[in-house]
Amino acid sequence: MRQRSLIAITAALAAGALTLTACGSRDSGDKGSDSGNGDGTTVVIGVDAPLTGDLSAMGLGIKNSADLAVRNANKKEFVKGVTFKIEALDDQAQPSAGQQNASKFVSEQEVLGVVGPLNSSVAESMQKVFDDNKLVEVSPANTGPALTQGADWQKKKVRPYKSYFRTSTTDAIQGPFAAQYVYNTAKKKKVFVIDDKKTYGSGLAATFTEEFKKLGGKVVGTEHINPDAKDFSAVATKVKNSGAEVVYYGGEYPQAGPLSKQIKAAGAKIPLVGGDGIKDDTFMKLAGAEATGDLATSVGAPVEDLPSAKQFVADYKAAGYKEEYSAYGGYAYDSAWAIIEAVKKVVDANGGKLPTDARAKVTEAMQSVSFDGVTGKVSFDEYGDATNKQLTVYAVKNGAWVPVKSGTYTG
Amino acid sequence: MNELPQQLVNGLLLGSMYGLVAIGYTMVYGIVQLINFAHGEIFMTGAFGALTVWLWLPGGTSMWIALPLMIMGAVVVAVAIAVGAERFAYRPLRTAPRLAPLITAIGLSLALQQAVWAWYPEAKSARTFPQIAGGPFEIGNVTIQTGDIFLVAAAPISMAVLAYFVMKTRTGRGMQATAQDPDTAKLMGVNTDRIIVIAFALGAAFAAVGAVAYGLKYGEINFRMGFILGLKAFTAAVLGGIGNIYGAMIGGVVLGVAETLATAYIADIPGMDKFGSQSWADVWAFVLLILVLLFRPQGLLGERVADRA
Repeated sequence: MRQRSLIAITAALAAGALTLTACGSRDSGDKGSDSGNGDGTTVVIGVDAPLTGDLSAMGLGIKNSADLAVRNANKKEFVKGVTFKIEALDDQAQPSAGQQNASKFVSEQEVLGVVGPLNSSVAESMQKVFDDNKLVEVSPANTGPALTQGADWQKKKVRPYKSYFRTSTTDAIQGPFAAQYVYNTAKKKKVFVIDDKKTYGSGLAATFTEEFKKLGGKVVGTEHINPDAKDFSAVATKVKNSGAEVVYYGGEYPQAGPLSKQIKAAGAKIPLVGGDGIKDDTFMKLAGAEATGDLATSVGAPVEDLPSAKQFVADYKAAGYKEEYSAYGGYAYDSAWAIIEAVKKVVDANGGKLPTDARAKVTEAMQSVSFDGVTGKVSFDEYGDATNKQLTVYAVKNGAWVPVKSGTYTG
Repeated sequence: MNELPQQLVNGLLLGSMYGLVAIGYTMVYGIVQLINFAHGEIFMTGAFGALTVWLWLPGGTSMWIALPLMIMGAVVVAVAIAVGAERFAYRPLRTAPRLAPLITAIGLSLALQQAVWAWYPEAKSARTFPQIAGGPFEIGNVTIQTGDIFLVAAAPISMAVLAYFVMKTRTGRGMQATAQDPDTAKLMGVNTDRIIVIAFALGAAFAAVGAVAYGLKYGEINFRMGFILGLKAFTAAVLGGIGNIYGAMIGGVVLGVAETLATAYIADIPGMDKFGSQSWADVWAFVLLILVLLFRPQGLLGERVADRA
């Protein structure tokens, strides 16, 4: 009897272990991209994004787009004698997983730059690890102002980490831009503000609220939701009874979708407005048909409309990736390309070879990188922020995000 | 406008769903003193079972035909997994120290989550669940969603069926006997192995009904949906008195209403506006749990089925 139960336990454990290792290898073994010609140096560009879980739609778009940049660089032999490869790690949108991934990238000598992460909260846990090792990190999606301008960015801007750059705009611009659109163009004066208390969501909600009040609008209620929750009926009832004309949500689509749906179901037929974190097709899937009229701001001009982006969209289709490039695809491509440009600078300056302190040199070179990318001109200011400060408002029409207004935020 | 009736209804609906899942925890605990932490995942597989039936049905099938089939699909999948888990994961450990099956349950919970994640088509992010057409119903100033009608009907019916089964049928009495003292029950001719399997199966069936309600209510299901809901349902079971099937439902409703009212009203208390948002609702729910357990360690209704600790 003992014997039999032992066998059963061992079998169960073995089966469990197999399942887990199978998942593990799927995540980290995804090194993508063709290795190109065998001679010369190989440079690895790390990619860190949520490849599984709620936010994987955006994460996989980032991974594929970075992979595309690497493929193009290899095809064109953009840097003579250097073959690029990507290595994608899954952070599950968790700061702890992000930090482990950062340590892994740092320990691999061939890694000269990292694209990612998606979440500002994950970036906070990675920045120091990268900076201590002079490994450059270019995020396509982080919009938290504190990442580049320090915790006291509203009073005194101090860049905390020299190795951190981003191609996306910050919430310091995105929130106010949304406030101006809602107040001036959509003519809504009473807002209910909801956020998910994460770095990204609460930052966005705060900058929105500040500008909205400054314009003369009224905040009729605030609420913070739990990112693990799915039942927002109590919040929805509060929104309905507050008499708000519009809801502003600082957070991401896994909660924004059900939230929008439940607010409308509760009887408040008012639009939900959010940031780039809700601008994903999954939002419509979750929010249902009632989502028509919901708004989202996103960084940059619509990728599909930029002439520079047409090539990217065509290449992406041709490469046959299973997943969409999603909200940050263009930025991920530009982030990866910025690393490639920086590597090229370093290699060119060193007579066609990688120097021994390549990481530090690449980080230094990043500051002066400038090229015409998918999303427009890509270069960085003294804080590591993108100099491109364009934003676009999108609205839900017939189950798709349609650009309604593009512009640049000016103070 | 007075929003109290609406908030009470919101809480009642949420609580009924907790209750349906809590029954599984409480029945299994009442009979084998095992906290089946994989129960939340059994709930989740039930939802995917229902979705599979829906995807298999020809497009455009009316919900009136589809819904019973989906419930059957959910129940079949959830019961099969629960019975399999009992046979292969828990039964070999029945005489082992209490911690061994507990760890097994946690492991099983992870394994089920990852299995759905890895092998169910497109389950890596949320999947949409079919909805019942038709607008919401208005009673006074209370709005009830069409999807919630199912929950309103299913929770009391399930409860009544369960009460009848446990109190009136032969198997149900065998169940009570096993809960009181398995060894004596065995001597009296009760097939305790069978009773334990039935307890697992019944719990899974109620979780499956709850899972269909979840899908209809929120319009989406995902591989992690069982974790938080399972935790809440377990809390509900403890709140009501673990081992007591009525306690599970009462505990669920109390928990749901407490969470909803905390979200709605705590912020209105002067000086408490920082602690009133929905993200604090769980904190208040657990404060309530601690208070109840301080003054009534046996839960609101106490253990009726099993009276030994």
